[in-house]
Amino acid sequence: MKPNVMKRHLKDSWKSLRRNGWMSVAAVSAVTVTLLLVGIFMALLMNVSRISTQVENDVRVRVYVDRGTKKSQEAKLEKQIKALPNVKTVKYRSAKTELDTIVGSYGSQWKMFSGDKNPLNNVFLVDTKNPKATIKVAKQAQKLKHVSEASYGGSTAKKLFKTVDTIQRWGVGFTILLLFVAVFLISNTIRITILSRADEIGVMRLVGATNSYIRWPFLLEGAWTGLLGSLIPMLVVDIGYSLVYANAGLTTAANGYSLFPTMPFLFWLDVALAAIGIIIGALGSVVSMRRFLKI
Amino acid sequence: MIQMKNVMMKYDNGVVAMKDLNLTVDPGEFVYVIGPSGAGKSTFIKMLYHELTPSEGDIVINNYDFKTMKPSEVPYMRRLIGIVFQDFKLLPRLTVYENVAYAMQVIETPDKDIRPRVLEVLKLVGLEQKLRRFPSELSGGEQQRVSIARAIVNKPQVVIADEPTGNLDPETAEGIMEILEKVHANGTTVIMATHNQQMVDEHKHRVLEIAGGRLVRDEKEGSYDSEA
Ligand SMILES: Nc1ncnc2c1ncn2[C@@H]1O[C@H](COP(=O)(O)OP(=O)(O)OP(=O)(O)O)[C@@H](O)[C@H]1O
Ligand SMILES: [Mg+2]
Repeated sequence: MKPNVMKRHLKDSWKSLRRNGWMSVAAVSAVTVTLLLVGIFMALLMNVSRISTQVENDVRVRVYVDRGTKKSQEAKLEKQIKALPNVKTVKYRSAKTELDTIVGSYGSQWKMFSGDKNPLNNVFLVDTKNPKATIKVAKQAQKLKHVSEASYGGSTAKKLFKTVDTIQRWGVGFTILLLFVAVFLISNTIRITILSRADEIGVMRLVGATNSYIRWPFLLEGAWTGLLGSLIPMLVVDIGYSLVYANAGLTTAANGYSLFPTMPFLFWLDVALAAIGIIIGALGSVVSMRRFLKI
Repeated sequence: MIQMKNVMMKYDNGVVAMKDLNLTVDPGEFVYVIGPSGAGKSTFIKMLYHELTPSEGDIVINNYDFKTMKPSEVPYMRRLIGIVFQDFKLLPRLTVYENVAYAMQVIETPDKDIRPRVLEVLKLVGLEQKLRRFPSELSGGEQQRVSIARAIVNKPQVVIADEPTGNLDPETAEGIMEILEKVHANGTTVIMATHNQQMVDEHKHRVLEIAGGRLVRDEKEGSYDSEA
């Protein structure tokens, strides 16, 4: 198609959108509602998946050393743990450092356990090469000498993974359903404007317009509808997410997890919303005008 | 060149509006299609631009054989023809200028060529003062002339007009007839369905008379009544 023909279609579609007045407003509103939900879901799902990866990577084996084990024996044990398959790094934390962490996060009343009263063990923190290996490494470490216990926070992690999985599956399903509903809503709204213009389409065909020539302005009108419909959701998601990030961002960071930083996350989310809007708008109008284009 | 072979047209409700139609129209001819109301003139015209598909038989216009052409070829076939509809069929949301320009835009004419040509044909039909009016703001005769301007703007090989002078006073009708004569003088084939006896008798051309769905007369330089 020649560029000046495209320019003409763009102009005509915009004109037609304005001439359709309230029908256009209705179609834009349908897109707005849908994209608002889609935007919120997308932000939620992407962050859930990000944090679950972080948690997954955070799952590590804690190997508690028998109390009273000598330093040399501990060194030997460290070597043995390092030699286990799938072990990436091994970090040593004495009972004292462990207690300091607890005092740090739960308060000074734990200070009474300081010194000889410290009930905690020395610990090796073992990171594995992949999260799935944690269970195996823990079991193998358990059998080593001077090990009182090896744990991997397994059941909590497993439960979390399952929850995340469920959230994602339902979220994606729901989002797809929403998009279908949107296409349906838009095609219905646009159908009414097209229905009132069925005669017009007939005349266009009689003066020799090809189907694709007739279709373009309608398709573009749908695309405009989608684009306009994505503006409010963009704004709401941008502001909403910035607020959530500013508040929840710190709390999660303290636990070693983090949400997507607002930039460039929100930029891409906006681009995605605009793109989805344009696609469902164009699709909706093409679907609804198909039957008027039979020769 | 237009050819119709054994054309029969039966509407969905069973009315046979045309039968045993055999006909050839050569390039540059001026042809009247006459007959009483309900004879089948509009049916004849609509088959020519493929709004109606014959139940039997075949129509060929230039190298478009209606039986074998693909649906995607229909718009291109229609570009050979300029149609003046009995009910005008102007686009209500476009101005006079836009209605005529639309026919040129559709065939992807460059913008710079559109304006001069549209003004030229609107001048020819005497509407150069009413470019910005909408069809609803025009009289019947004026709408008829916009419809003619649109039909000829792309310089089609054939102009088909269904009652272009119907419901018009004799003077306006004469004006429209003169436009069609001018188009014809430029070598365009003109096919015109009409009731207008005076017109047919004053501007002598080939006459096709249809009665009860049959071609009953085909006369060069004919007049409205067969005996006259
Ligand atoms: N869509 C239709 N469905 C069924 N029958 C139709 C249809 N259109 C026309 N007819 C019938 O076909 C016959 C021919 O109609 P047509 O419109 O061709 O007549 P005409 O010669 O153009 O008449 P007029 O001079 O009044 O315009 C008539 O009997 C009419 O009732
Ligand atoms: Mg008629």
